[in-house]
Amino acid sequence: MAVKKEAHHKYRVVGTRPIRPDGIEKVTGRALYGADYYFPGMLFGKILRSPYAHARIKSIKFDKALKLPGVRAIVTADDLPEADRKPQQMGEQQVSPYYLSCNVLARGKVLYDGHPVAAVAATSPHIAEEALRLIEVDYEPLEPVMTADEAMKPGAPILIDDLRNQEEGPDQPTNVATHLQFKRGDLAAGFDAADCVIEREFRTATVHQGYIEPHASVGIWNPDGHATVYTCTQGSFTVRTLATKVLGMPEGNLKVVPSEIGGGFGGKTTIYCEPIALLLAKKTGHPVKVTMSRSEVLRATGPTSGIHERVKIGVTKEGRITAAQVWMAYEAGAFPGSPMAPGAMTVITSYDIPNLLIDGYDVVVNRPKTCAYRAPGATAAAFGVETVLDELAEQIGIDPLDLRIMNGAHEGTQQPFGPVFKRIGFIETCEALKASEHYNSKLTGANRGRGVAAGFWFNAGFQSSASVYVNQDGTASVVTGSVDIGGSRASMAMIAAEVLGLPIDEVRPVVADTDSIGYTDVTAGSRVTFATGMAVYNAAQDVVRQLKERAAKMWECTPDDVEFDNGVLRTRGDVLQPQQLTLKELAARFIRTGGPVVGRASVSTGGAGAGPAFAAICVDVEVDPDTGKVQILRVTIAQDVGTAIHPSYVEGQLQGGTAQGIGWALNEEYVYDSKGVLRNTGLLDYRMPTCLDLPAIETILVEVPNPTHPLGVRGVGEVSIVPPPAAIANAIYRATGVRMRELPMSPPRLMKALQEHRNSREGQAAAGR
Amino acid sequence: MKNIQVRVNGHPVAREIPDHRLLVDFLRYDLGLTGTKEGCSVGVCGACTVLLNGQPVSSCLALAVMADGGEVTTIEGLAEGDRLHPLQQAFIDYGGFQCGVCTPGQIMASKALLDANPHPTPAQIKEWMMGNLCRCTGYYKIIEAIQAAAAEKTEP
Ligand code: FES
Ligand code: FES
Repeated sequence: MAVKKEAHHKYRVVGTRPIRPDGIEKVTGRALYGADYYFPGMLFGKILRSPYAHARIKSIKFDKALKLPGVRAIVTADDLPEADRKPQQMGEQQVSPYYLSCNVLARGKVLYDGHPVAAVAATSPHIAEEALRLIEVDYEPLEPVMTADEAMKPGAPILIDDLRNQEEGPDQPTNVATHLQFKRGDLAAGFDAADCVIEREFRTATVHQGYIEPHASVGIWNPDGHATVYTCTQGSFTVRTLATKVLGMPEGNLKVVPSEIGGGFGGKTTIYCEPIALLLAKKTGHPVKVTMSRSEVLRATGPTSGIHERVKIGVTKEGRITAAQVWMAYEAGAFPGSPMAPGAMTVITSYDIPNLLIDGYDVVVNRPKTCAYRAPGATAAAFGVETVLDELAEQIGIDPLDLRIMNGAHEGTQQPFGPVFKRIGFIETCEALKASEHYNSKLTGANRGRGVAAGFWFNAGFQSSASVYVNQDGTASVVTGSVDIGGSRASMAMIAAEVLGLPIDEVRPVVADTDSIGYTDVTAGSRVTFATGMAVYNAAQDVVRQLKERAAKMWECTPDDVEFDNGVLRTRGDVLQPQQLTLKELAARFIRTGGPVVGRASVSTGGAGAGPAFAAICVDVEVDPDTGKVQILRVTIAQDVGTAIHPSYVEGQLQGGTAQGIGWALNEEYVYDSKGVLRNTGLLDYRMPTCLDLPAIETILVEVPNPTHPLGVRGVGEVSIVPPPAAIANAIYRATGVRMRELPMSPPRLMKALQEHRNSREGQAAAGR
Repeated sequence: MKNIQVRVNGHPVAREIPDHRLLVDFLRYDLGLTGTKEGCSVGVCGACTVLLNGQPVSSCLALAVMADGGEVTTIEGLAEGDRLHPLQQAFIDYGGFQCGVCTPGQIMASKALLDANPHPTPAQIKEWMMGNLCRCTGYYKIIEAIQAAAAEKTEP
């Protein structure tokens, strides 16, 4: 597929497409995922979950369950220390250990259908399951609060008794955890200067990341207080920090071994099974494995927020945006911490707008505590803004991509939350899409339409560590702490191979456990190839520095007199007698020149905004007027990817994100009954796209190098999920004349909208007669 | 409890198991063949696909006793010695996975397809593979890998 080459003609390995080092294990079934570990004497843990959305726990009785042969231990919140309530910075997130602990095992109250209440360890999973049925919990059901709108109403039932926010003050119990606001310019004057102002209201449903591998962990507890947990996670160090806080143990006493991970998309950046497996291991003295079923994953791990959004934007008739106002309420789930802040930080950041007001609310409701999902907060937020922009473009009669290009952020544009963009590629991305064969092709046929939309994600930096070991045979190992979720081992090996001048198959990438590498933040925020890649680059440079020192010693010159190029060390011709040595030859002499060469590096690359990325997407749909079913005919995504280290895997990220965005747009949603019990707890009725639902997703890589990275890398993993829902809504409008302002645009919802549209047209026609 | 005898990946296995033991649990829990994955437990995601007497089945729905006297092939039994099956090679060469957890199921399902229809059209591939979910790839590279294996192409 098209690659707009701008960056990496100068590289040897970067930009090529070698096969991935972990491939063989994955196609032979040897790769070990979270549920694949078996240890001698291992017990099996199962979790008892609340059948109520909101209830007080009056008592838990488990004597009968304990008597069941094969049952070894039962734990509840009483087995956990009461954790600190004050929010703390933990890795990339602000977390209250207390809330985290209450989410792991409910304390006093259950706050959602599926909330863990107790856990059993037994000699087989089947016995553990049976034991759950023997535990008696006495609940006092309370009225559930299921949406942000309900939760923000005065007099709404309160979920968390001691929750307060600054605005309402210390005496006012509330369900609103935070109100965030960004302001710029003079909003009223901005709207006055507009020729056309449109204001609309939007709603999006709770959706799940839908990784195919359910969560699983094995805990092992040693009598000396040291413990190990094998777990499928995006961040082994994050698990170490969070689990030790919840268990009240020193951080250094827990070793976290990350398994292969069967997808995460943000959903495996916190803890669920880990502390429970460890607690049961401690109580029984045996390794304990806790594996979730799919229904547990859907009911009780963190999906992403449904939101309520209001968007008002004004433009001049020439197409200049003069003012924008966005109001958003995010459903955090049972505890504070929705992705409202990143939603507010990204919602309209693609555009250079003089007058702005953005308000965001983080609201607790009786749904599972949300967790990150690919570009957290951005997709739902962009749905409203990118649909309103489409309406405005139509009103003033300009091409919707031109409207975006005309107002697009560029180098020097200040973002609504402060920082000024360095070199970015938003305009180039929109232009690439505008120039694409797809956008310029003709779409014909009844009930068909084409839509476009754009998206922004700032991408994260944070901390990473890397080591590069040169072996005696001149090959190298690259060790990092970044869990490989989509092929990052290949990228790490490629970066080291590039610097060391080695063939790619002579570099072995390894993902280490928390005892074997320096601190590394979670695999999230599209940060691994960026930040861990930078650490690998620096560690490989550290190797080069040492190789030069060794050669200099042998040649009796200074390291500055030695050059390293493509795996060969040479004296600089102008200074000395020519000498040369390959890395391989030197490696064979390590024993006589000072021992093995170990390169190390760690980086702290700043928080959000490390390598901003943009995507723009063009979608053709066909709507079945009798069923409301939307078929995606064709889709092309252009994305500002920086230097593409491994173009195939970059394309894979774009395709995967787009596919998830399409699922979000058309089908996926949590459906609760009136009591707040989740009705679609399986993949049969939480419907994710199959291969029949998707065309081949076409990609355009726009390589605008990131100036803050030595190789020009930007994060590529997330932004592709942002534009599809709005683009599809815009395409549906072109196909049917109906503007959809609620997600998902599922057949029943679209059918209803089509029917209303027909009725109102008939009404108008009748009135006109 | 029931005694069953099954050929698993060409080797005879005899075990005493409870009547209600699922095939996926028999493979993973009783035999330690963890290459077969469980993603949904209701026959929707296809991660647990194995071949029972040559036919693809969702091992999360099948009872182990159904395999009594029969033959089961799992992902662990596909390579011949150190020679990968062409589908395994194609999935590597064409990047037919990211996280890889759906891959054993994708490969077993597509093996059944190619056994029945060695040269499927892209539409036939999609029709057959719609029972195998992948959340990472958007499917394009999976379909490409299967096509390549069918055409016996190894390099992209
Ligand atoms: S686990 Fe069997 S089909 Fe999903
Ligand atoms: S590769 Fe991850 S689910 Fe298919």
